[in-house]
Amino acid sequence: MLMEKFALRSRALLAGAALSALLVAPAFAVTPADTLVEGFAIDDIISMDPGEAFELSTAEVTGNTYDLLVRLDLSDTSKVKGDLAESWTVSDDGLVYTFKLKPGLKFASGNPITAADVAYSFERAVKLDKSPAFIIGQFGISGDNVADKAKAVDDTTFQFTVDKAYAPSFVLNCLSATVASVVDAKLVKEHVAAVTPSADYKWDNDFGNAWLKTGYAGSGQFKLREWRANEAVVMERNDNYNGEKAKLARVIYRNMKESSAQRLALEAGDIDVARNLEPNDLDAIAKNADLITTSAPKGTVYYISLNQKNPNLAKPEVHQAFKYLVDYDALGSTILKGIGEIHQTFLPKGVLGELDENPFKLDVAKAKELLAKAGLPDGFSVTMDVRSKQPETGMAESMQQTLGQAGIKLEIIPGDGKQTLTKYRARNHDIYIGQWGQDYFDPNSNAQTFASNPDNSDAGKSHTLAWRNSWDIPDLTKETEAALLEKDAGKRADMYKDLQQKILDTSPFVIIHQQLEVAGLRKNLKGFALGPSFDTNFVGPVSKE
Amino acid sequence: MSAAENEVAAGRGSARAVAVASFIGRFLVIAITTYLGLLAVTFFIGRVIPIDPVLAVLGDRAPLNVVERTRREMGLDLPLIEQFYIYVKNALNGDFGTSVLTTNPVMTDIRRAFPATIELATLGTLIGSVIGVPLGVLAAVKRGSLIDQIVRVIGLIGYSVPIFWIGLLGLVLFYAKLQWVAFPARLDVVYEYTFTPITGFYLLDAAMQGQWDVFYDAYRHIVLPASLLGYFSLAYISRMTRSFMLNELSQEYIVAARAKGLSETRIIWGHALRNAAVPMVTVIALSYAGLLEGSVLTETVFSWPGIGLYITNSLQNADMNAVLGGTIVIGSVFIGINLLSDLLYKLLDPRTKTG
Repeated sequence: MLMEKFALRSRALLAGAALSALLVAPAFAVTPADTLVEGFAIDDIISMDPGEAFELSTAEVTGNTYDLLVRLDLSDTSKVKGDLAESWTVSDDGLVYTFKLKPGLKFASGNPITAADVAYSFERAVKLDKSPAFIIGQFGISGDNVADKAKAVDDTTFQFTVDKAYAPSFVLNCLSATVASVVDAKLVKEHVAAVTPSADYKWDNDFGNAWLKTGYAGSGQFKLREWRANEAVVMERNDNYNGEKAKLARVIYRNMKESSAQRLALEAGDIDVARNLEPNDLDAIAKNADLITTSAPKGTVYYISLNQKNPNLAKPEVHQAFKYLVDYDALGSTILKGIGEIHQTFLPKGVLGELDENPFKLDVAKAKELLAKAGLPDGFSVTMDVRSKQPETGMAESMQQTLGQAGIKLEIIPGDGKQTLTKYRARNHDIYIGQWGQDYFDPNSNAQTFASNPDNSDAGKSHTLAWRNSWDIPDLTKETEAALLEKDAGKRADMYKDLQQKILDTSPFVIIHQQLEVAGLRKNLKGFALGPSFDTNFVGPVSKE
Repeated sequence: MSAAENEVAAGRGSARAVAVASFIGRFLVIAITTYLGLLAVTFFIGRVIPIDPVLAVLGDRAPLNVVERTRREMGLDLPLIEQFYIYVKNALNGDFGTSVLTTNPVMTDIRRAFPATIELATLGTLIGSVIGVPLGVLAAVKRGSLIDQIVRVIGLIGYSVPIFWIGLLGLVLFYAKLQWVAFPARLDVVYEYTFTPITGFYLLDAAMQGQWDVFYDAYRHIVLPASLLGYFSLAYISRMTRSFMLNELSQEYIVAARAKGLSETRIIWGHALRNAAVPMVTVIALSYAGLLEGSVLTETVFSWPGIGLYITNSLQNADMNAVLGGTIVIGSVFIGINLLSDLLYKLLDPRTKTG
């Protein structure tokens, strides 16, 4: 019995010793010298096909792995510069855009880049007709005429014909969107799958869409090696790249959803960059001597909107009263600190025609005066649909308090993102708090949604934000359309400034701030910068010391 | 043997065959109705939630014509009953549809995600039982003593403190400060793209390929989340063991064994525990099944690409094919484990052996 006990005890001791020996092995966390590792919430990626991709983190990957005819000029983002195109001309009637490609271009596969590849890329994007296809389609281009409207004249000349004399800045900005990325037609054609044509899809093949969802056929600074949903995206340097080659051999985005986990991994050196940091983690990183933070304003604005189907919210004085009932300063210095900049106009900074004016401040007395004028001196009760995440919830709670000071009783209805959105799109809300990101880097993208509503009936086909809030604005709609056709970029910019002023003065939109994208990084990284949009978050210049 | 005896023997034999057949038959009926019920409930809940599944496919910014076309493509314009019929028909052919988020067939996704969860849950349950059972026995034997109190407090903490919080705390301490364990993921970046898994159980795969550095790396990644789940199940298992043991220790056969002069060790570990083991199997099996459902919070904190994370993520994105497929797999596992624990019951408990 004694022996038995002894044996038991010594066995336990041995096991314990072995366990702690295994545990106490010290780890030296450092990422490989030729690899950039980013912790990033990439669970929004649905497809890597540039003809289909429309999500923010996808834009970053396609931006680094595909080339375009023209690209946003990062030194002046109201303009574009040639990427694959060496030069371009616009015909006198404003309808025909002729692009001349740079000589000797190659895809990552080694295939030459010709105007035929560009034409095929446009053709497949239009015919596939996925979410971003309208960016090309809005120029009067459909599956039936795309072969004519987007065609290769010779190996290095590509011609794009639009249906109206649009502002050239508008057309070129749209062509800098991901959907206009140039794919390797030869490679894609090896992977097309046959499709039985139907009423909804008239073509006999999928233009390689199924393969390109996870495959790659581009010419960017990096090539996509692998995307594993909810796990990682791996990019490798493209040695056939037509410009300056990427400094690092590999970039890995690891899916990490949690801000605090990202921060811990960054502190320990297991990742080089943390991309989804919340204010408190950002603070901690800013204080750490081994780490730095960086930020850039992105093309997303946060707003609250008042549904005009609610009679109280339809009064013009109430629109303005709400704008005086947001504590912008307090929000800016607390829950938005580091992740947002107060910004009250609908065009984000950096876009052609931006109006940098923030006329509103918290002013309860003024708001009460406006409410009295509206015949609502004692306020009223109203609901707000809020998705259960930050910063929306914090913003809503702050507003609940400030609105209360003017007698408006705000009931917050929390919900999951897709749920509040479903309700919003059906126009069943009172007040909605949300964000709007530009579809492409041109003022029209936001102007169209905030300041136009071609058909306010429930059957209306254009579900702009103005429509979703039943805001019927025939005059503004016309002005927005007119700005599209203004050839002179300076005059066009003025038209958008005017539209923004009108939205400030009359709309049911309370625009609160512009999103700042932030990142925490290890100090040994050089050349890391966030761009003005997700498709310009280039990692090619990044190196390690 | 006379003819009559032969008949009786044959009769007994066929009676046993009938009993077995009816057991299997009963099990099949229960399993199938459970599945169908599960399918129907999940399917209809998925359709009545106020979320537009087309949003999941296209996001908020898709133009209206694309939204309408996609709605038709997904068959969402059909009557609900017809949608359900089509779904069940495809499911019976092993086709659970395609996940919207990952664009893979749901089964492909689950085959990837499930091993990650099984690996974690198995290790967690192992840790939980290997430590939890002896602790429970100790607490029962030394009832009311300091040890009993300590075990109780350990159990209570494990049971009541949110695992999410303990997880973060664990990361801060063992990963960030002490650097004993590796960061949240299944493998280090260096190995992730040089190592090809076979079964999806990384520890096993690495061992099979003799890649001991990968094995060690996988171990350093799994040890913290597994310990955490282990702690969580330990809390439950130790409490249950204690109460089963207390029950056994008050039985007359224990008194008889003591009177016979058997050693305490023998009485406790050889007799009482042996009898308590029967209900313990159910407890451990249920706790294992619970972990297999995917510990969503643990998987989130540790960026562990398992089934819990997969289903939650799909649910939040209204990716109903993935949710339904996942639910069915988990349902199967639950039913399977229940059956297994029934069988183990029969093996461990001589009284349930058919004579």
